Amino acid sequence: MKLMYFHLMPYMDLPEDFAEKHESVWVDVDSKLFDPRKAHHMYHDFISELEHADAVGFDAICVNEHHSNAYGMMPSPNLLASTLARSTKDAAICVMGNSLALYNPPTRVAEEFAMLDCLSGGRLIAGFPVGTPMDTCYAYGQNPSQLRQRYHEAHDLIMRTWTETEPFAFNGRFNQQRYVNPWPRPLQAPHPPVWIPGGGAVETWRWCADVDYVYAYLSYYGYLAGQATMRGFWEEMENLGKEPNPFRAAFLQFVGVAETEQEALDLYREPAEYFYNRSLKVSPKYVAPPGYMTEATLRARAQSQVAKLAGQTSGADAAGAGAAKIEGGGGPPSFEEMVEKGFVVIGSPDQVAEKLTTAIKDLHFGNLMVLLQYGNMKRDLATYNTDMFAKHVRPQIEGIFEDEWEHHWWPKPMPVAERATEDRS
Amino acid sequence: MSDSTNSNGLKISTVIVNGAEHRVWEKGSGKALGFLPGLGGRPRWLPLFDALSEHYRVIVPSLPGFPGADPSHLSIDDNSDWICACLDLIEEAGLTGADMIGACLGGSLLADIAAHSPKSVGRLALIAPFGLYRNAEPLPDFFAQIFPEQKKLLCHREGAFDEAFAAPEDSNDKEEWDILRYRGMEAAARYLWPFGDRGLEKRLHRITQDTLLVWGKEDRIIPPSYAQAFAEGIAGTTQIELIDKAGHLADVDQPDAVEKVLLEYFNV
Repeated sequence: MKLMYFHLMPYMDLPEDFAEKHESVWVDVDSKLFDPRKAHHMYHDFISELEHADAVGFDAICVNEHHSNAYGMMPSPNLLASTLARSTKDAAICVMGNSLALYNPPTRVAEEFAMLDCLSGGRLIAGFPVGTPMDTCYAYGQNPSQLRQRYHEAHDLIMRTWTETEPFAFNGRFNQQRYVNPWPRPLQAPHPPVWIPGGGAVETWRWCADVDYVYAYLSYYGYLAGQATMRGFWEEMENLGKEPNPFRAAFLQFVGVAETEQEALDLYREPAEYFYNRSLKVSPKYVAPPGYMTEATLRARAQSQVAKLAGQTSGADAAGAGAAKIEGGGGPPSFEEMVEKGFVVIGSPDQVAEKLTTAIKDLHFGNLMVLLQYGNMKRDLATYNTDMFAKHVRPQIEGIFEDEWEHHWWPKPMPVAERATEDRS
Repeated sequence: MSDSTNSNGLKISTVIVNGAEHRVWEKGSGKALGFLPGLGGRPRWLPLFDALSEHYRVIVPSLPGFPGADPSHLSIDDNSDWICACLDLIEEAGLTGADMIGACLGGSLLADIAAHSPKSVGRLALIAPFGLYRNAEPLPDFFAQIFPEQKKLLCHREGAFDEAFAAPEDSNDKEEWDILRYRGMEAAARYLWPFGDRGLEKRLHRITQDTLLVWGKEDRIIPPSYAQAFAEGIAGTTQIELIDKAGHLADVDQPDAVEKVLLEYFNV
């Protein structure tokens, strides 16, 4: 089992009445609410939290990309990954990821990921998201009808950039470059493992199977809501004749651990409420620009009950559709609902380990991306949560699948003895 | 090309553009008068078309990806692709050199066709065309709206939208119609995203045709003041007609009033 420490880097100081007074946390979020002096401290705390996760033995630390978003302050995850590549030494660095169609030329992704792979000594996991509608179509103005065509062309260009050994010319529909010749090249050969974060689109599942990438379902609604999507994924893998190796799937889960269940409920109520009630206030009008969801996915949804169920929780985007669902469903969830429905796994170490074991086995994923800082959770509580998880939960779940399956999609770094050794104390 | 004619005398044929099928409606006799539809396409033969067909041979082609056409918009990448596809469509539909009406995004396509290929079209009537975006009077984001809001933005008259955009008469599969409608919105987004400015302002001076600009006074998508900007840029003689109680889809909202200004204009 790979245990991966995921950070969203949320702005932690949205006003209490944010949900009543503001329409959306994303795209047209009120920029007057942003205080750069507070953000200075938030960024430093978040980086420290990721470094701490490495120190206490998480297998990976994860950053991601969002734009015009008050729950995700990483327009450029590569900047964060860069500093983490220096300050950490063991954990894989998972950039989840770069929205390929937003980079012009897309070879920029090939270059920066190659830099990160060199700098980290081959610890990079390269995430290639299409990106949410909010990030790509609204904040970055990409045409929703062209987004996936541009994404796939960018992917092909990046792969050729990483694997061809001579300079080449690229004559694509959307990109033309006379000289493609990356310098640096990635350290991992032929390239870092590629992971694809996605919602419940059947095409994404098929494509992941086709090119042998990891599929990461990044839902904010937990393992109970995620069952339909993951079941759909594994059914599709079976249809395609792929072995059910759990390491080809990753799943995101919010977790809060304390000595006792009551203590956990008391400690994590506020940050969970902050996240689900303020951070996830996404206006439904941004969730489904025409063309973002392909006609093929629409048709598949209409025909497949499993995919239809999955669509209810994933939609065009895990966050957006979920938010739209909350909007349409009579207001935000109560903390009790969040716990009951498994959005957040809360409890004593044994309770959390038991629920996660159930989730891991039911949904059948070998890479658990765990969110231990969320909402307005301060650094001391985030550190406590991280330590409790690392010390008391991790030993109970880290062995799952280890003897049964081989992980073919994990970074292969340089031997530690061969890496740069300057004093990092 | 396959033809059929229904009991109302409406001829339905199919032409091939970019290897894909596009429906062409035709009714009436005499001089040809073309109509390029806008947002949503025109899934139903409308009262306005009937009224015009008493005086003209009215020809209404479906634009790529819109109701009545294959999803050929997916092979269209930039503005010149759109212009070429529409020029092909105009030729295939027998509209070369004909007087033409273009509504909404059909209006900006028609204006750009006239700028690129003046001999392909005759006199123009543009009903609230897209194509310009002025910082002083920005357009609202039509796409970032939930569906009930979009309906309100498009039409002023209560019920007008539902009349014009109900499932076509020959459709009995609601799920399929929902998908085709979605496809049409995707095609519109492919051409317009984010707000329809494809540099037309730089080419307006190449439009030497006489041009009628028709605008709903209650247009909530493109303010009627944009009519003046088009009139100032177009080299040909221009005339502006504002329609009472009409929104962006003025031809759907107030077909009688729009018919009147169109007939007066084209009959001159």
